[in-house]
Amino acid sequence: MSFLSLERLQKTYGDGTIAVRDIELSIESGELVVLLGPSGCGKTTTLRMIAGLERATSGTVRLAGSDITQLSPARRDVGMVFQFYALYPHLTVRENIGFPLRAARAPAAEVQRRVDAVAARMELGPLLASYPRQLSGGDQQKVALARAIVRHPAVYLMDEPLGTLDADQRLEMRELIRAHQLLSRVTTIYVTHDQEEALSLADRVVVMDGGRIRQVGAPGDVYDRPADLFVARFVGSPGMNLIQGEVVRRGTGVAFVSATGAVELELPLGSQASAGSVTLGVRCEHIHEDAAGPIAGRLLMEEYLGNACNVHLETAVGRLVMRTAQSTGYARGSGLRVRLDPSQLSLFDSASGERR
Amino acid sequence: MSSPAPFLCLRGVSKRFGPTRALSDVELQAGSDELLVVLGPTGAGKTTLLRTIAGLQKPDAGVIEMEGRDVTALDPSQRDVALVFQNFSLYPRWTVRRNLEFPLRAPGRNMTEAEIGARVTWAAELLQIVRLLDREASRLSGGEMQRVAIGRAIVRRPRLFLLDEPLTNLDAKLREVLRIELVALRRELRAPMVFVTHDQAEALSMADRIVVLSGGRVLQAGLPRDIYERPSSLVVARQLGQPAINLLAVRRIDGHWTASDGTRLMPAAATGASEALLGIRPEHIILEDSALSSTRLDSDQGVAAGVSPARETRLKLVEHAGATTTLACDWAGAHVHIVVTGRVTLRPGDRVQLRIVAARALLFDPRAGGLS
Repeated sequence: MSFLSLERLQKTYGDGTIAVRDIELSIESGELVVLLGPSGCGKTTTLRMIAGLERATSGTVRLAGSDITQLSPARRDVGMVFQFYALYPHLTVRENIGFPLRAARAPAAEVQRRVDAVAARMELGPLLASYPRQLSGGDQQKVALARAIVRHPAVYLMDEPLGTLDADQRLEMRELIRAHQLLSRVTTIYVTHDQEEALSLADRVVVMDGGRIRQVGAPGDVYDRPADLFVARFVGSPGMNLIQGEVVRRGTGVAFVSATGAVELELPLGSQASAGSVTLGVRCEHIHEDAAGPIAGRLLMEEYLGNACNVHLETAVGRLVMRTAQSTGYARGSGLRVRLDPSQLSLFDSASGERR
Repeated sequence: MSSPAPFLCLRGVSKRFGPTRALSDVELQAGSDELLVVLGPTGAGKTTLLRTIAGLQKPDAGVIEMEGRDVTALDPSQRDVALVFQNFSLYPRWTVRRNLEFPLRAPGRNMTEAEIGARVTWAAELLQIVRLLDREASRLSGGEMQRVAIGRAIVRRPRLFLLDEPLTNLDAKLREVLRIELVALRRELRAPMVFVTHDQAEALSMADRIVVLSGGRVLQAGLPRDIYERPSSLVVARQLGQPAINLLAVRRIDGHWTASDGTRLMPAAATGASEALLGIRPEHIILEDSALSSTRLDSDQGVAAGVSPARETRLKLVEHAGATTTLACDWAGAHVHIVVTGRVTLRPGDRVQLRIVAARALLFDPRAGGLS
């Protein structure tokens, strides 16, 4: 039996809006699971139902075998870390971190010991006597993280804890969280809208949209083999390139023929062979400039990223983004040809949007 | 990109708030068909700079010129600029259409209903918000609101657009999409735009030119690529790049820049300082046994010649984040990040050999922070 399970969990608001639809999810002990999706997809509502801050309309939350759906937040063994975590401004870092323990009436000596231990682990020792306003934003988040984990809850629930940090601080915190996770093996459910954060942190990613789970899988699976067109677009920066067309038989094999531009691509044998209307997906790093390539395009713009470049092309099959190590050096409007790596193609059913 | 005579020109602009110097002797130019990005951390003076250009506050010293004319003493309305803020400043109970019409109905504009209608349609089509025109602003998503806010700025076709972190409050995915749309939109409008942000990825990917601002001063101005590859100081070097540039404390020993743990990184010139900070971007550290990094080497033969000898370490972190992989380890006396294209099969704890692409290393004076 899994450690934490959500069974047909649903949240319907008074006005009939369904925020979370019939969610089924099993989480193993020690896993870091990331709920990923755009605003309004239901990820935060799901987290809040696990925390008990939001009452489920129907369904069950089960933790370590017991049904906790009706328990108050205080009686669930969970530690919640919020995006705008309000540290108590009039308390020192030591008092802030120790707050949940004192609230649970732990003896003073134990509070001191646990705070010292977590502060040492997170390199907050020199800051224990400081007040939050004296700390950088990153250190404040570290204190919030330390406060959340000081209690050793059965599950950590993290709601965009890195949301207000800049990119470098986020990377630093991801390293910290990872290091921490490896040490403690405590189950964590983490909510974010940032697909990069999700891919880099998660043991498993749960992609949500419109209150539904679209895909559950390891980061590599979700990225390489998206379950549907939504996941294909949402995961990856940029999202997957998508080309409309159909699968046709060619002798003993199959081929993809684009809806516009009449570009024909041979597909690996046996791949999703049934004929019909499909959308072909390919990641930007699997498109390569090739003078003999089947797709002709014109350079629209280049997004310089420092260590790479996203090259936007207008082509006969629609707009494509190609990843290159550096700028192509071509002027806007220049013509070039590209090929797609045949081993890295995804096929989706155009009507249902689902992976073939 | 930048025309011979700049559209916007700031000379020696300074502004104080009590004891705080918000802007110090700022020199800045923007061409008439250019997207200029002002990049700096919180408190760098970015918003003060935009407000000064807009005329919402007067500088204590210095001159602001537009199209060769001194506008320093002019009111905001006489400057004909549009400002878009981080927080979508819409009237929540009004429809999108009414929000877009509002700037056109300002006293003194005297536009006919037909003209107003045509302008609103033009802006809505450009921003792909036609289907939202009759919706109440409070019912829009964050991304839709920011599109409408931008629409409200472009609808009166000002001479200059000023955008203050317009994408900061949006979801990562939306930011990515709007970034591209804004660049395309500006090209279509052929109007100059000054875009302020703290996000280096936004700056690098969107800008025709970047101005790096820190503590109210311009540290460097130039093409994104030049600033990324040849930063004028340590502060600028650290401001661009994600993960940040690796910095290794080095001494000149036996003709080599040598790290504190004895790692020989690259040959050093015989003269000059004996200590330096060696800056090396994460993509210019090579993982010896990785097939991926040898591909990188092959594609960059000129650089390959200047590679330092390898030195072994253990990986602490391997992050797959889509098209690239970020790795971290302790090496050459520092915690370093390495970025490679694609996936690697390596895991934390694995031994790897690292080298730097010496030709891409930057040497900084450890005290002054400038290039040495």
